[in-house]
Amino acid sequence: MTAVIPYVSKAPQGRAGFAQLVRAEWTKFRTIRAWVIGSLLAVGATVVFGLLGSSVQGSCNVAACDVPTGPGGEAVADGFTFVHRSLAGDGSITARVGALTAEDTAPPGERNVLPEWAKAGVIVKASTKPGSAYAAVLLTPGHGVRMQYDFTHDLAGPATARWVRLTRAGRTLTGYASADGVTWTRIGSARLSGLPQTVEAGMFTTSPQYTRVSSGVGLSAETWPTTATARFDQVRTTGGWASGAWHGTWPSGQGLGPEGPGPANGFQESGGVFTVTGTGDIAPDVAGVVGLGVTPGRILAGAFAGLIAVVVIGALYITAEHRRGLIRTTLVASPRRARVLAAKALVLGAVAFAVGMVGAAITVPLGDRMVWSGGGYVIRVAPPAMVRVIVGTGLLFAAAAVLALGIGSILRRSAVSVAAVIMLIIVPYILAYGAIVPPGATQWLARITPAAAFAIQQVIPRYHQVSGIYAPAEGFYPLSPWAGLGVLCAYAAVALGAAMVLLRRRDA
Amino acid sequence: MRYALNAEWTKLRTLAGTAWLLVGTIALTIAVGAATAGATTCPMTGCTQDTVKLSLTGIYLGQAVVAILAVLVISGEYTTGMIRTTLTAMPRRTTVLAAKAVVLTGLVLVAAVVAVAGSLVAGRLLQPGLTLDSPALRAGLGAVLYLVLIALFGLGTATAVRDPAVGVGVVLGLLYLFPIMAAAIGDQHWKKHLEQVAPMTAGLAITATKNLHDLPISPWKGLGVLVVWAAAAMLLGGLVLRTRDA
Repeated sequence: MTAVIPYVSKAPQGRAGFAQLVRAEWTKFRTIRAWVIGSLLAVGATVVFGLLGSSVQGSCNVAACDVPTGPGGEAVADGFTFVHRSLAGDGSITARVGALTAEDTAPPGERNVLPEWAKAGVIVKASTKPGSAYAAVLLTPGHGVRMQYDFTHDLAGPATARWVRLTRAGRTLTGYASADGVTWTRIGSARLSGLPQTVEAGMFTTSPQYTRVSSGVGLSAETWPTTATARFDQVRTTGGWASGAWHGTWPSGQGLGPEGPGPANGFQESGGVFTVTGTGDIAPDVAGVVGLGVTPGRILAGAFAGLIAVVVIGALYITAEHRRGLIRTTLVASPRRARVLAAKALVLGAVAFAVGMVGAAITVPLGDRMVWSGGGYVIRVAPPAMVRVIVGTGLLFAAAAVLALGIGSILRRSAVSVAAVIMLIIVPYILAYGAIVPPGATQWLARITPAAAFAIQQVIPRYHQVSGIYAPAEGFYPLSPWAGLGVLCAYAAVALGAAMVLLRRRDA
Repeated sequence: MRYALNAEWTKLRTLAGTAWLLVGTIALTIAVGAATAGATTCPMTGCTQDTVKLSLTGIYLGQAVVAILAVLVISGEYTTGMIRTTLTAMPRRTTVLAAKAVVLTGLVLVAAVVAVAGSLVAGRLLQPGLTLDSPALRAGLGAVLYLVLIALFGLGTATAVRDPAVGVGVVLGLLYLFPIMAAAIGDQHWKKHLEQVAPMTAGLAITATKNLHDLPISPWKGLGVLVVWAAAAMLLGGLVLRTRDA
């Protein structure tokens, strides 16, 4: 009787770790030619449609498009009537400001009122060059006394004060306000990094364009320039001021305002009383109906073509296994079913992230150049926001693909899954951002549907000190960029979690 | 042709998904339309907004469900291999496609009439200012025709593409990508042109009853543009079906 020696394979024993599972899923992905080609097509579609859109962005005349940038790199408006002298080293300026009055600039039939953010006050500015660093203490018709500096910063002061004071010590500027010129309230202080030894300082008046939003489903606004006049007296200076007369200058960075100084702009002095008339604004520029230019988010409108392709691949990545029966082999090889879906989500998410990020990284700079060469204007944004838009587009693609995978695993029907994801992400986008539904519904759609994720493409923050139309259709979203992306990620996580539970319970 | 129609009707009728998709079309269209009409506030002095169009907002979503049904009518046969049986039984391929188109048109027509009528009734209840005058009836009739044309557009495209997921992706991409691109374009001239040729923006002009001069294209002309899209898709699908192996 011979003993039967069982056969033992000499091949090394296979391992069943998560890394092996990820490798298996990656092999499945890369060996299906249609999916690889589809991923490349998704990048191509993002770029081609983005550039097609960028090539027809229209043009604006050269003077209106010549928008300066502030110390932070963002586009700004920097137009005002500036009555100034040089200040070397430390010093201060104090003045009493009368109420702002409106010059008659309104179109026939409109009331002649000043915008609530018209400004008059004292200012210390690095130079008269548009976009240079500054700090100012100013009166507004609608928001009391404010201290503002370097365009994007705004501090609230007392509501009823008439006296304003700005003191300089090195690069630190401190603003004060007072109702009677005796007791002073400190508003705040600012450290301006780009401030030279000798600065220009004095009084200023400016008034932005008046905006009236027409209500309705679509957005429309009427705007007209306004001009404000303010009376300054009791002007006192201390420190290293240059002797001689006050100069009047109109920095040309008008941005939102009309080009160049209007006929009424200027100043008069008699017996220590200055009457200063100005138009324009000192504020960050905003895009949209009342502003100029194109945001990088608009350049990425073509990304929707790539997004649809990624969603199709994401749904097929699981439904094709069910259709061909490969899922049974997969689950025999890896009986822990939830881990299979996790590995799939990882591989698919990585591919979709790469597709979205590469597509955006090519489209944004190229589209930017095409808009400029077509005579258009792209709102300049700070570099970190640009990086966030490009990386964020990749993350948006990844989350959308994982959502498609989850829904595909639940429904096991590719066509229905693709349509469901498109209805969840793209249709709310069209309804909300195309301003097809009323504004109230728009705000909710941009909060609770996965379309909230497009907030990641918002580059211009909402400035409370600038009147504008902050609607989703103009690129302003109700949620912050990362919170918006989080909404889509939550949908994807819930879908994937439900898919894991159902895959374990159901027959494959 | 009678046998072909009978066969297609039997196939579509006995699929569990068909009834669900038709019910989904109706429910989604009415629900979204009613939600939009309910969210619209109108001053007592008179509504400046196009309440008929707002009540029909559900079409934006309902058409996607119609597109799924249209794609599955043909792509479903390719996934299961049924198409080979079908073409063996009925070797005249154009007849097969024509029969599918007729059956699909009939089903979508019924669902669209219910969905549009329901949306208008819901709009009437929520917005007392909505009167069912002749422009409103034209919008309603047009919306029904719009959904039928979307179904034919989807059927033709899917016949050319074959895979259900890719078919739905292409159909919905062609519907939804154009309005997004148009909204992002700054040049008014190009924007208008894009909205005139795109299947969704041109086709949905039929649902407007106010400010007709602001539309990119007049209502019936816009529906004509969609007819061209649907006809082109059906023609392409027919050619591919005739010339390619199944």
